[in-house]
Amino acid sequence: MNIFHDANRKQIANRRVKDKSLHMIFLLATSVGIIALTVLLVDIIIDGWSNLSPDLFTNFPSRKAEDAGMKSGLVGSMYIMLILVPLSFILGVGAAIYLEEYAPKNKLTRLIQLNISTLAGVPSIVYGILGLALFVRMLSLQKSLISGALTMTLLVLPIIIVAAQEAIRAVPRSRRDASFALGATKWQTVSRSVLPSSLPGILTGVILAASRAIGETAPLIIVGASTYVAFLPKSLTDAFTAMPIQIYNWISRPQVAFKDLGASAIIILLAILILLNITAVIIRNKYQKNI
Amino acid sequence: MPNKQETTIDKTNASSNPFKNSRVSILNKIMPILLFLCAIVSVFTTIGIVITLLSETVNFFREIPIFDFLFGTKWSALIEPKQFGILPLLAGTLMITSIAIIVALPIGLASAIYLSEYAPDKVRRIVKPILEVLAGVPTIVYGYFAISIITPIIQFIFPSAGVYNALSAGIAVGIMIIPMICSLSEDAMSAVPRSLRDGAYALGATRFEVALKIVVPAAFSGIVSSAVLAFSRALGETMIVSLAAGSTPTLTFNPLDSIQTMTAYIVQVSLGDIAHGSIEYGSIFAVGMTLFVFTFLLNILAQYISRRFREEY
Repeated sequence: MNIFHDANRKQIANRRVKDKSLHMIFLLATSVGIIALTVLLVDIIIDGWSNLSPDLFTNFPSRKAEDAGMKSGLVGSMYIMLILVPLSFILGVGAAIYLEEYAPKNKLTRLIQLNISTLAGVPSIVYGILGLALFVRMLSLQKSLISGALTMTLLVLPIIIVAAQEAIRAVPRSRRDASFALGATKWQTVSRSVLPSSLPGILTGVILAASRAIGETAPLIIVGASTYVAFLPKSLTDAFTAMPIQIYNWISRPQVAFKDLGASAIIILLAILILLNITAVIIRNKYQKNI
Repeated sequence: MPNKQETTIDKTNASSNPFKNSRVSILNKIMPILLFLCAIVSVFTTIGIVITLLSETVNFFREIPIFDFLFGTKWSALIEPKQFGILPLLAGTLMITSIAIIVALPIGLASAIYLSEYAPDKVRRIVKPILEVLAGVPTIVYGYFAISIITPIIQFIFPSAGVYNALSAGIAVGIMIIPMICSLSEDAMSAVPRSLRDGAYALGATRFEVALKIVVPAAFSGIVSSAVLAFSRALGETMIVSLAAGSTPTLTFNPLDSIQTMTAYIVQVSLGDIAHGSIEYGSIFAVGMTLFVFTFLLNILAQYISRRFREEY
């Protein structure tokens, strides 16, 4: 009896040790992600901090690292955003309203819904290929600002649609009923009751989509963003560059001076992304308080 | 008798609308159509992708036999003699993806188990946003991370490693997909009902036993589908590989060699000036098609797994 008792105790002790040690392993694994992020940030700041200067914002790219800036990249990215944000907002929110408020439950609706989730999984470079064939060649917009912006719009559309759908779905049924009870038509209800109350959620989605688009590089390379642009685009059909393209160009060069310049540009890019995300979080928190 | 007709129409509409034919009524009729057009844009995007890829790929196969493309072991698109056998690019892509999965699956899964089973609420509230940030870092930044940190470390450990090597890019892609595996698996694990865990605890199981023998099996479909999605994401990853893995399409199994992936090839060609209609131009589409088919099948597979094998409680 005693022997069994001891063996049992030993077994329990072993299982406890196993539990404790695996707890440590799981904790370690979790910290890998955090450590990676820390190392990445520290590395970029060490390499790029000393180069951060107003020149980076005011100078055009140059063959000499000390004169080079990314004015054309910054402005290019800004122009892309100016086209992408309103366009993807209208198309994305429109699609979401249709799917949530109007769409009949039939095969076509299911197809559209399935299609949106499939599109979200298509690699960004494939959108670049679509943009090259459709905008650059077929509509002969050439390797221009508008080709890049339209390609990016298609890329972020699924993100905005899904976010907007969730926001619209979260509006309580009672609000719609109240609006209908006051004699409002369907569109009046949607535009004056449902949309305003889901707007914070939609805006959060739009901001996240914009921050995805700002950092996206591959599709722009495929539609022909130039790596060396020493002027600002004056019209929609001018050649263009964007921040990530400029960064790619600098860090793929062998010279250390250009690599460090790339690190400085990454600091600016990350700063913009952090600002965008903080805005999204603030909007989200304010919204949660209101409901 | 126009008046009478109007009242009958009103009756069929079940209400008499005082705003008939006013702005309100017109908007009410037009908006659904406009909104439908917005929704259909996404369908046209897919159709556009398939048609452009298919038509240019068919053109490409008029010049390069499809058999040579699929089974050729030499890819030399930019240097004479030109050869278009996709196997080296495919092998490069699969090598990067495998390294990424080997790095990310254990770490991502262990983090998910920690977050859903062990972590106190406070820790979870700090760690989850950090992982979200990690997921939001642009891939070009991971590319910089690969060439400035990972590659020097690899070269220090293995002096034979080149400046560009598959291992460095693979590890960076792996770090990139950790948040994806972690958050999707964690969602699946959190969905396992509390009562199952309580049952096991009541029988005297330790936390580890509950995690491994109760939660993981119950959330298995979600975990597998997260891994498949991450695999597909790694397959399409572009900037990290074109920065860190090199541009030499070679059929090799040595992760310290410089290789080229399908995505990196597309970038390399696009950076140069290629004439529309040339064979290089066509090859972008053929390679893009291959990539699209692979990721599409994987995404369908992930959806199928999470639907077909879901445990309902």
